[in-house]
Amino acid sequence: MNETILFAVISLSAIGVISAVILYFVAQKFKVIEDPRIDIVNEKLPGANCGGCGLAGCRAFAEELVKTGDLSKLNCPVGGSDTMKEIAAVLGLVAEEKDPMIAVVRCNGSRANAPQKVSYEGASSCAFAHYLSAGESGCPNGCLGLGDCVVSCKFDAIYISEETGLPVVSDEKCVACGACVTACPRSIIELRKKGKKDRRIFVSCVNTEKGGPAKKNCSVACIGCGKCVKECPYEAITLVNNLAYIDYDKCRLCRKCEPVCPTGAILELNFPPRKEKAGDAEKTPEPVVAG
Amino acid sequence: MKTFALGGVHPEENKLSADKAIETLPLPGKVYVPVSQSLGAPSKVVVEKGAIVKTGQLIAKGESFISANVHSPVSGKVAKIDEVIDASGYKRQAVFIDVEGDEWDESIDRSPEIIREISAGRDTIVRKINEMGVVGLGGATFPSHVKLMVPDGKKAEYLLINGVECEPYLTSDHRLMLERGEEMLIGIQILKKALGVNKAFIGIENNKPDAISHLKTLCIKFEGIEVVPLKVKYPQGGEKQLIKAVVNREVPSGKLPIEVGCVVNNVGTAFAVYEAIQKNKPLIERVVTVTGKSVSKPANFMVRIGTPVSALIDQAGGLPDDTGKVISGGPMMGKALTSLDAPVVKGTSGILIMPENESRRAPQVNCIRCGRCITVCPMGLEPVLLAQLSENQLFERTEKERIMDCIECGSCHYTCPAGRPLLDYLRLGKNKTGILIRNRGKK
Amino acid sequence: MNLLTVSGSPHVHAHQNVKSIMYGVVIAMIPAIFVSVYFFGIDAARVLLISVLACLFFEWVIQKYLIKGPVTINDGSALVTGVLLAFNVPSNLPAWILIVGALVSIGIGKMSFGGLGKNPFNPALVGRVFLLISFPVQMTSWPVPKALFAEGVTDAITGPTTLGVLKEGLDAGKSVQEIMASPNFPGYVNDLMGAQGGSLGEISALALLLGAIYMFSRRIITWHIPTAYIGSAVVFSGILWLIDPTHYIDPLMHLLAGGMILGVFYMATDMVSSPMTPRGQIVFGVGAGLLTILIRVWGAYPEGVSFAILIMNAFTPLINNAFKPKRFGEVVKNG
Repeated sequence: MNETILFAVISLSAIGVISAVILYFVAQKFKVIEDPRIDIVNEKLPGANCGGCGLAGCRAFAEELVKTGDLSKLNCPVGGSDTMKEIAAVLGLVAEEKDPMIAVVRCNGSRANAPQKVSYEGASSCAFAHYLSAGESGCPNGCLGLGDCVVSCKFDAIYISEETGLPVVSDEKCVACGACVTACPRSIIELRKKGKKDRRIFVSCVNTEKGGPAKKNCSVACIGCGKCVKECPYEAITLVNNLAYIDYDKCRLCRKCEPVCPTGAILELNFPPRKEKAGDAEKTPEPVVAG
Repeated sequence: MKTFALGGVHPEENKLSADKAIETLPLPGKVYVPVSQSLGAPSKVVVEKGAIVKTGQLIAKGESFISANVHSPVSGKVAKIDEVIDASGYKRQAVFIDVEGDEWDESIDRSPEIIREISAGRDTIVRKINEMGVVGLGGATFPSHVKLMVPDGKKAEYLLINGVECEPYLTSDHRLMLERGEEMLIGIQILKKALGVNKAFIGIENNKPDAISHLKTLCIKFEGIEVVPLKVKYPQGGEKQLIKAVVNREVPSGKLPIEVGCVVNNVGTAFAVYEAIQKNKPLIERVVTVTGKSVSKPANFMVRIGTPVSALIDQAGGLPDDTGKVISGGPMMGKALTSLDAPVVKGTSGILIMPENESRRAPQVNCIRCGRCITVCPMGLEPVLLAQLSENQLFERTEKERIMDCIECGSCHYTCPAGRPLLDYLRLGKNKTGILIRNRGKK
Repeated sequence: MNLLTVSGSPHVHAHQNVKSIMYGVVIAMIPAIFVSVYFFGIDAARVLLISVLACLFFEWVIQKYLIKGPVTINDGSALVTGVLLAFNVPSNLPAWILIVGALVSIGIGKMSFGGLGKNPFNPALVGRVFLLISFPVQMTSWPVPKALFAEGVTDAITGPTTLGVLKEGLDAGKSVQEIMASPNFPGYVNDLMGAQGGSLGEISALALLLGAIYMFSRRIITWHIPTAYIGSAVVFSGILWLIDPTHYIDPLMHLLAGGMILGVFYMATDMVSSPMTPRGQIVFGVGAGLLTILIRVWGAYPEGVSFAILIMNAFTPLINNAFKPKRFGEVVKNG
């Protein structure tokens, strides 16, 4: 009996010692020397692995950063400039100041503004609905409301409003990783400057049709009249393909374009209410703001 | 009885208009002729606003190898060149013509006499088919002249004529075979001459015994044309399935039928070829079935291209009150229309009006992994797997599982007991995988 | 007028749906239900009722209060599980054991994986095997059915099944011929008609075959799994029988005895837990046939159908991956 136990103990110990020796040599032989800074940089990153930087996850981003030692082309949109500064400090570099960005949904074709003309039935995928037809409202550029952007968001920052059927981006949660921009088959979502106090002005429409057809499907479509272009004192607005676009780098948030838009396609977010002016009373009521 | 081996389903046939002779639809007041009506590059408009056009006059010219000419289907004045809403609701460039009288181009032979002598040579045939804007009328609208140009190193052995019409409801090909049988057979002889083949087969499903016997009788006078009755099974009208059924050859994955020495054309195309070569008539009209369970007068119309769909429906007794869906084409592969103002194009084989109670899909439940979609897939794919992969955007894997082989016949979704939108996801996956492959090619 | 519906093709659909398939399976089991009530009397009806009600109840409770999703007890899948579970237990099983079995079947076998369509194993078999291992005495004391065409109902005496008799006899060193000649061995005709000891549903091969024909005619099941299963079992047991007929029983007896027919047509063909590709289904059937005979001949238990099917269920995802359907245009044979 005792002999059996003794034998078992000795043989097990022997196996353990031999394995340890083998493992030691194997570990020495196949040792991978990695730059320790990669680990440090990796720890500074948010760790969401969202792919917003264009690389496959945070680790890959850290490796690329350390390898190239160049901050100009790489940016972590999630961490923002604070994170980039910390990383720059680790690597002994200087990070450029980058404005915080946010995803903006450039369509206001809610159920009220763009009434349903046909009823869609099928896979709940914007990409497929886009491939199949122009969509329920008939607008070939408008939001389909099936939520490909919601599925793509890793930060739970976007949801489809029950009332309007349009996606709503949360100012707090959105990290501007750009996943929804890629997911949207109609390129409705754009990353724009977050703006001071979250104030933003943008054309909430991407319809490139002429005025008539565009207006037929949606009451708040941009009809490409060009009034805002003339009004803008900073040449921030351009008109291409019957569609106005406000350049967020040039825009100084003066709010002059919004009142001249005849369809209410220009949206202002988070501004204090305007003072009543003569002529405002004639205007149609403000469209439902969904942004 | 011959048929293809893999998969297939048996939807209810519902050929309501099978015994309705082809009627000529009265000319509409306005037509909208989309500039791009075939696969390939859009054609270029060659008329201007305000121009007076005759029936059969060229209005848009196909400029690349794969593209087709478009001719004016009516005589009248070009009102404008603008965008029209097509079947899927997107805008397409079109020529709007206000109809005035019906004055035909002088070069067109409008006599009812059948010209049997084929005087045109091989090159003339191909050139003329191109000029006359003939495209495949089975639905894919592939320019016909391209099919007749056999690539170097390949040889055509057989010409297959598709008279299967496996789609439920549709009867336009059936009526054409019955009423224009002889012209069609001359068209087949012309196609044979152009391809340099000696043998042509006409595949017809045996739910059309009258067409089979009619063509068999006519074939006695024509050399090298054989009618092949086929067992009813969907999707026998698919090019690859038809080749398998008739000559028992399998087109390799990703290849064209010419790989196995076959060229497939629709019966409607054969008739259009006859008219183009013997009568000098461009493709400006086609047979369209208007049908549906609630339609009061299901019919087959000879319709000018560009006629609004609503004009056809009015002639068939008007839109029924219980309409839930209007489909351009058959119920298995047709496209649901978003607007009844969409014009008839070269590829419109039928207008199917579905009642409300049949137009909604059954509610989706969990997949029970019965594998029926796999059993019925005529291409031997796994729709359930491909749909899952597409939904999860794994397009590298869908390519490996051969999603590009899918012919979008819809058998999988048709048969699914859980009502899952398999083909929706397959189409999406196919589209995205195609983009992936093309991008890779660019690098 | 209503809004036009826009959807992708196809615009028509086959008439069979999940519900009609499930109820089709239930209809196919009706002959076997009658046979079991005929031979085991009111006890059989009691077991069936308790099992079905318990399965439906547990599905309802779990969907409503645990998953808090839609309740789908009407789709017939819990009903099928309930009847199959009852078919797999002796008619004198105490009610509480049966209810535990139903809980395991529905709760662990099905709902824990996400409900219908997601379960890797056949739920009824999970329940049965759980009971067999947990309550071996109750699960293997079979009431003796009344004789074929006899008047009255069964008495409460318990006795072994056909396979049980064989196993005991062989273990005692007798030859197959000696066992089959003994008076308590049911024989071919009784096995076919149902006058043998055993679980509720497995006793009559004839009634089960009737139901199977119905399922074939409605295209609820395909030929692949049953043919492969029976084929491999017959070939394997036939080889053994030819080698030594005194030690191994003939293939026909293998088919008629025990739960073979029930397993082959009603449980191995369960869509959810069997492979999806036709090639895979054949592999699945062959594997299950081999394992069944293997367990019957050399295993500790006299019956091996449940274990064989469950083991093959575990291989289903692998089989799905390994045996792809024949692709069109893959092998080019022209001529």
